[in-house]
Amino acid sequence: MPKITYIEHNGKTHVVEVPNGLSVMEGAVQNNIPGIDADCGGSCACATCHVYVDEKWFSKLPNKEDAEEDMLDMAFEPNKFSRLTCQITVIDDLDGLVVKMPSKQG
Amino acid sequence: MIKTDVLVIGAGPVGIFVVHQLGLIGLKAEVVDNLDKIGGQCIELYPDKPIYDIPAVPECTGESLTKNLLEQIKPFKINFHLNERVQEVSEEKNNWKIITSKNKIFLAPNIIIAGGVGSFEPRKFPIKEAEKFENNGVFYSIKDKSYFKNKKICIFGGGDSALDWAIELSKIAKVILVHRRVEFRGVEQNVETVKKLEKEDKLKIKTPFQINSIDGQDKINAISIKNEDGNIEKIDTDCMLGFFGLIMKLGPIAEWGLNLEKKHIPVNVENFQTNKKGIFAIGDICTYPGKLKLILSGFHEGALAARACFKLARPNEKYRFEFTTTSKSTHERLGVKVK
Repeated sequence: MPKITYIEHNGKTHVVEVPNGLSVMEGAVQNNIPGIDADCGGSCACATCHVYVDEKWFSKLPNKEDAEEDMLDMAFEPNKFSRLTCQITVIDDLDGLVVKMPSKQG
Repeated sequence: MIKTDVLVIGAGPVGIFVVHQLGLIGLKAEVVDNLDKIGGQCIELYPDKPIYDIPAVPECTGESLTKNLLEQIKPFKINFHLNERVQEVSEEKNNWKIITSKNKIFLAPNIIIAGGVGSFEPRKFPIKEAEKFENNGVFYSIKDKSYFKNKKICIFGGGDSALDWAIELSKIAKVILVHRRVEFRGVEQNVETVKKLEKEDKLKIKTPFQINSIDGQDKINAISIKNEDGNIEKIDTDCMLGFFGLIMKLGPIAEWGLNLEKKHIPVNVENFQTNKKGIFAIGDICTYPGKLKLILSGFHEGALAARACFKLARPNEKYRFEFTTTSKSTHERLGVKVK
């Protein structure tokens, strides 16, 4: 099962196994990892599951759809490595993915 | 003071439908919502997105669902108190006293919280200094545009609110539109207008930039913005407007003495009552083992909560289960004639 590393803004690191097919957001929520709120439940409508993807990993992810890019306008302090975790589906190739949470989600 | 059987907090699909369930059994309700329109998340977050899991409705949108629900509750002539947030809830004999942000007072034996994930509030600038200047140079909405006449204004955002106001205020003030990326997500016509105004030197556009700092003591003198590469630019400005959409905050609900689990209110699954007698929670805001955040689950939760409200609103009457197909009293309440 792919291992995903979630790093809280304060540096606290959580490494969890997330089954293929779940989103990176669900991986965090189901493991009670703080820092990802996911208010809308995963419909790319709230920008509260925002993370900064580790630089090495960013280019390996499938490209953003327009809707995600639009929602990122609302995110708290987005940068060029910003993604919404509800839009990233876990697959074997993402084993080892590292994401960092912003200081808050809004 | 408004006396009613049930005060419903939240005018999303679940809040609207519970009013229907209450109406069928003869209970009166008033609905309060912080937004300026009815529909909750369905209207605010995804009015055009298709929904495929409403029973017997193969496909609808947040907008059409809201419209149909409103049609369904028409017979009950419900008052919606919009643009108002419930601030305080306190006990008064056998009733709850509810005070809103507009100081409206309700008295009701029952409260049903159908508040989604809380109330919608504007997203704010991410820097601390912005708080200090809020309503004194930093704004997230515009009440009186004459305030901005002849001022130097920086507008932040890439959606239609930002573009609309940039276009409008450029007629009376010096506007700089700042956005975190080159593309704007507003409608094509707005984007074209803004670009045309830029060409005509009637407003300036700065992309891809975000806020970096604010300078000033009692009022804003200047701000600085930065881009992805860390380049910083200083801009002399009188005020800044942020249009970053809305975010849901639990808000005052957290202060009413209800048990909370993270941002959710635990309820029993028999009648969706919280730890307080006469206060119920339904829809996305409630939690219990197996909870699903589906609109259809909220409908079910509302149906049960409504029956529980009956006991407190009509302590001397006996509730009788009836079907809408055959119940005469229900037909009367709906204003229909059935042969």
